[in-house]
This record gives sequence, structure tokens and C-alpha cells, in this order.
Amino acid sequence: MPILEAKDLTYTYSIGSPFEKTAVDHISLQIEQGEFVGIIGHTGSGKSTLMQMLNGLLKPTSGKILLDGNDIWAKKADRRQVRFQVGLVFQYPEYQLFEETVYRDIAFGPKNMGLSESEIDQRVRETAAAVGLREELLEKAPYALSGGQKRRVAIAGVMAMEPRVLILDEPTAGLDPKGREKILDQLARYHKRTGCTILLVSHSMEDVARYASKLLVLNRAKIMCYDTPSKVFAQSDALAQTGLALPQITRVFAALREKGICFSEEVYTVKFGAALLEDALKGGAFKC
Amino acid sequence: MLKDITLGQYFPMESVVHRMDARFKIIITLLYLVMLFLGQRIYALLAGLLFTVVVTLCSKIPMKMILKSIKPIVPILLVTGILNLLLLDGGDVLWQWKFLKITEEGLHTSAFMVARICLLIAGTSLLTYTTSPITLTDAIEQLLSPLKKLKLPVHELAMMMTIALRFIPTLIEETDKIMAAQKARGADLESGNLLQRAQALVPILIPLFVSAFRRAEELALAMECRCYHGGEGRTRLRILHSGLRDYVALSFILLLLSAVILLNLFC
Repeated sequence: MPILEAKDLTYTYSIGSPFEKTAVDHISLQIEQGEFVGIIGHTGSGKSTLMQMLNGLLKPTSGKILLDGNDIWAKKADRRQVRFQVGLVFQYPEYQLFEETVYRDIAFGPKNMGLSESEIDQRVRETAAAVGLREELLEKAPYALSGGQKRRVAIAGVMAMEPRVLILDEPTAGLDPKGREKILDQLARYHKRTGCTILLVSHSMEDVARYASKLLVLNRAKIMCYDTPSKVFAQSDALAQTGLALPQITRVFAALREKGICFSEEVYTVKFGAALLEDALKGGAFKC
Repeated sequence: MLKDITLGQYFPMESVVHRMDARFKIIITLLYLVMLFLGQRIYALLAGLLFTVVVTLCSKIPMKMILKSIKPIVPILLVTGILNLLLLDGGDVLWQWKFLKITEEGLHTSAFMVARICLLIAGTSLLTYTTSPITLTDAIEQLLSPLKKLKLPVHELAMMMTIALRFIPTLIEETDKIMAAQKARGADLESGNLLQRAQALVPILIPLFVSAFRRAEELALAMECRCYHGGEGRTRLRILHSGLRDYVALSFILLLLSAVILLNLFC
């Protein structure tokens, strides 16, 4: 059974007003336990709306969301419990920090769950370490931290609830390349260690190509494709039509192919591409 | 959620009233208020009704909207009506129960007051329905500009008003976002007693204040970068023009006002 499932999900903003807009249009999808799903799509393609429905913050106009097969909008369902299971990190999450210390801010979620002091303490320290926050930062005021550090505090705040599904809405927006990589690497490590399910919304094909085991491409409120990265990137023309570009490295290798230098496999990550090239330069075979 | 609240109830339309000079509209509204308060009898209400109906028809604002503007003050209407009805003494007693009684005078005054408040709100909301908040502050600034001689910072006040209006939707959006984010962390905003609910607002208010201050600072900096230095020598993008229709409208309200005053004096 998929851990999270959307059935014919639709969301329409401001119904009945001149500003009516369908942000999510009859979307159905299944997310399996332990998957790392990359979600890409243009601004306004419905990514954020879909994410907020998946953890029960927005009530779908029609359709169902099933968590472990249970409808989260069923009469008896406890949406607060759903939100502890499906953690959502918003865009620019650093703007939601409010506590006096970093420690207490990370502890806000676990405290709302009603955990014991010792359990909270353990979780705060664990997640802070997981996102690379040094111990001494825990007693500082969040507003005294740098932008990247604040972002990591906010992510830790959701991680500390140990959700089974962790959704991150563009966690690297507005960070410098080094900061982006750090956060994404820590996320990948966290995924490996805990085996939780991760949904990563991103604008960057590079990022999702590197980490995701599955890609969900949204276009104009509908699913364009939902498959493994290699199958998604194989439809480069369709992607290009919606204005989404393939990862840079894939385009480099496509250009090489046009020049008559071919490799047996498609390349989506710089690491893999570099390995292939190294091989070829050492005298490995080109295949054309 | 919060987004559905309409602040500043501007109702964009193509009409004579919308195109009128906002300064005239403000003056006319003030005269309208004066008229309603001067008139002590039914003719003041009739004049008010006439004015409201004529302006509504000219503005193409649906009657429904005017009625909607009265809805929020229904509690006030009820209190005013009931108090006047029960407390005023005079004329024949129409109904009595223990210490409560309704007199002719009370009934009369109560109906008069309720009708007057309705007209008051309907007439003034026509101003805000047909004028965008920004234009309104512009007009207020110009109307108050003679007070600059008294060293009153008219331009600064108007600028503050404009900025406040401009940022209300932004802050509402931000509040929505922060609320959603804290709810995602399990914040419970809907249950608990009064104290618990007040405490639950802390995680929302603090980030909201922080971001409001940040925005204010950024805005101030951006304004300074563009050499903003107050109202002196500043020209406007939109200049208010007065024309024939403004004078016609002004004459209309003056006519009604003088009729009411004359009737007051001689009847």
C-alpha cells in the first residue's frame, strides 16, 4: 500500500469570484514508503497547493487524500496527527521562527506532539546535528543567525517531529550554491538514515536529478509525468515545451552525441558524467 | 480564510461617479452628512434617500452592495432602535409592560434614528465604493494642504496612510502563510480556553512583527535610494481634475442642503 495517495484531487481558489482559479486539476498519484520524489513545475503549476493538501492544511475542493489508506478528511480523522506524520517545510521557512532560542524553536513541533522532555531534548539535538547546526548555536536567538543557518533551524523544526513523509517546498530558494548543496546533501543523508519518504519541490532540474528516485512533473495544474528520472528526462521535447530544461549535464552530453561522441547511458548527474568521461579518456570505448 | 476579507471596499466600475474628482466626492459626502444631521424631520430623510438613490443609479453599483454595507451595523441599529423605543417618553402610550413602555414619541424617534443611520452608512459607503483608497488619500492630502501653513505634516500623514493601505493585503497574505506554517508544526489555534488561544497567537504574531519591521526598513531604504525627501517639490503621477460633472454634483447636494435648511427654518 502506498504511504500517501491522492485520488482525483482538485483545488480551486476563490470559487464564485472573478478570481476563480483551479490550481490543482484532478490529480491522482501514489507515493511509496521510502521514496525520494522530486517535484518540478513552473511557478503557478500547482506545486505548493498540492503540497499543502497532502498534509491536510488545505481542504481539497474535490477528491481524496489517503494516508496509509485512510482518508485524512474523513469525519473522525485527526488532521493535527496527520500533520505530525506528513511534515511540511514551507518556502522561506526562516520567516516562521519565533522562539527566544534555536533550541526552543526546534522543540516547538515535538512539544505540540506532547512528547516528554527527555524525548524532546534528544530529538532537538539529533535533528540539529542532522542539519549541521553546531551545539553552541542552540542557545542563540534565531534572529542572530545567518540566512542559511536560519533556514536549517526551520527545517530541523519540522524534522524533529520525525514525520514519516517529509515535504520540502523549495528548501534551497535564495541560498548560495554552497548552502544549497549542503542542505540537499544533509537531506539525502537524513533520507538514507531514517528511511522516511521525502518530497522535494524544486525549480532546479539539477537538484532533483541528483537526489530523487522518482520525478513528478506538474504543468498547468495537471500531472505531466510521474516516473523515474531517466524516463522523465527521456521526454526532453515535451519538457522543453513546458519550459522546463533538462539538467545542464544532460544537455552537455546530448551536444557531445551530436558531435559523434556517444556514451551508452544517459547522464543526469555531474558525478556520473565525470566518471563516464574519465573512463573514456583512459581508453574506454566510445560507442557510436 | 483571511484573504476573503475585503479591506477598502472599492468596487471598480465605469461610471460618472467613479470618474468624478475625489476631492469633490469627499466634500459632497461631508455636505451630505451635514444635511442628514441638520434635518430634524422626515424631509431630511427624503432628501438623503433621493441623493443616495440618484448617486447609486449613476454609479452603477448594484443595490445589493449598498445593502451589504449596512449589514455590519445591524447590531448598532438594533441597540439604537430599542433604546430609543423604550427610553423616550412623550405622546400617547402605545404599549406597556411593567416598567417598559412604548410611546408615540419613542416609536417616532426610533424609526427616524434607524433610518438616518442607514442613510448615513449607505451614502458614505458610496464614497469608498467608487473611489480607490489611494485616490482617496491623494484627495485628502490635497484638501488638507492649506493646513501645511500651520506646520501640520499633511504630506507625511497622507504618505503614511497610503503605505498602510498598500501593505494591508501583503500582511494578510503573510499572516496566512505563517499560520499555515505553524499549523504544519502542530500549532493548535482552534481549541483551548481564552488564555491558551492568546498564547497560541504568539508563534504567529512574533514572525509577523519581525517581517513587518523588516519590510518597513526595506521600504524606507528603497525610498531613500530613489531620493524621496518628503512632499516638497514632489509632482504627482495622477493629477485630480475637476470638471462639469463635479460642479453639477456639488450643486445637487447644495440644493438639497439648502432645501432642508429652509424647511427647518420655516416649517
